[in-house]
Amino acid sequence: MMRRVMLLLVLLMATTVAAQAIDPLPFKDHAQEVRFQHLTAQLRCLVCQNENLNDSNAELARDLRHEVFDLMQQGKNDEEIKAWLVARYSKFVLYDPPLDTGTALLWFGPLLVLVLGGVALVVQVRRRARTAATEPANAVTESNDSGENW
Amino acid sequence: MSRLLPFFAFLALVALFGFGIWWNTQHDQREVPSPLIGRAAPEFRLPVLDDPSRTVAKADLLGKPYLLNVFGSWCFACGEEHPVLMAQGKALGVKLVGYNYKDEPAAAKGWLAEHGNPYDLVIADVEGRTAIDFGVYGAPETFLVDGKGVIRYKRIGPLTPDVIERELKPALAAIAKEAP
Repeated sequence: MMRRVMLLLVLLMATTVAAQAIDPLPFKDHAQEVRFQHLTAQLRCLVCQNENLNDSNAELARDLRHEVFDLMQQGKNDEEIKAWLVARYSKFVLYDPPLDTGTALLWFGPLLVLVLGGVALVVQVRRRARTAATEPANAVTESNDSGENW
Repeated sequence: MSRLLPFFAFLALVALFGFGIWWNTQHDQREVPSPLIGRAAPEFRLPVLDDPSRTVAKADLLGKPYLLNVFGSWCFACGEEHPVLMAQGKALGVKLVGYNYKDEPAAAKGWLAEHGNPYDLVIADVEGRTAIDFGVYGAPETFLVDGKGVIRYKRIGPLTPDVIERELKPALAAIAKEAP
């Protein structure tokens, strides 16, 4: 009984593997296929823009997969293939935006906000410390409704 | 004053989000800006739709500016654009080259016979490989190529009278100005 269940499970796994191979390409070896899957997962499908080239069923995505495959057979490395696509479809094809002047705000914007927040916090804390130090006597009686305690 | 500071910070955020919403209504979010504008059009050699034994290459079209209009009989928005090309194509004063993209030649010919042919020349890219060199990712798309073979302007989506007036005509005027 147990063996039959196991056999059934293995067969089920085989069907999922077959379902993924919607677009069989003649890879030289498994390593190349892995590299291909990894590379196309980093590239955006231009038609359905929230999908990557690896997942998309769009016709253009299929064409671009074939182009990527052909470039791989020509011995191009990943960077060269990305550059090839960027030259035609702009940096938009890359899911991971490269660091340059156009994307600097995207990369450093959050850090900038964090620094601004930190500066504001330090200024505020220092100011309070100063007022607390200069008016220690009043502070005790007025602190309850000074409005600064929130 | 410092009590109001969080309120002003909140207003600043509202303004930022408001700008974001406004900005996204101002342009097509799916539009991929072409890196090819201002650069030489890619080399191509494609068969003529009506006579596949003849091919047209980039070099054959040099000398005068032309519009390369990517269309397909399968493409819905091309049907919307088509009457505009029929009405205004000739008046633009440039050669209108149809780029039949990923289409059955018979279907394309039928479509042009039915709706009229606004093109001076139609080339066919059945496989869509050359289109990738142009950065085409849909139809309709329109490229304005000048006499030196440089892409000067690209429209993604249908040409409308408004787009022709606001974008295409100034681009054409700029080319006409520099031509000797």
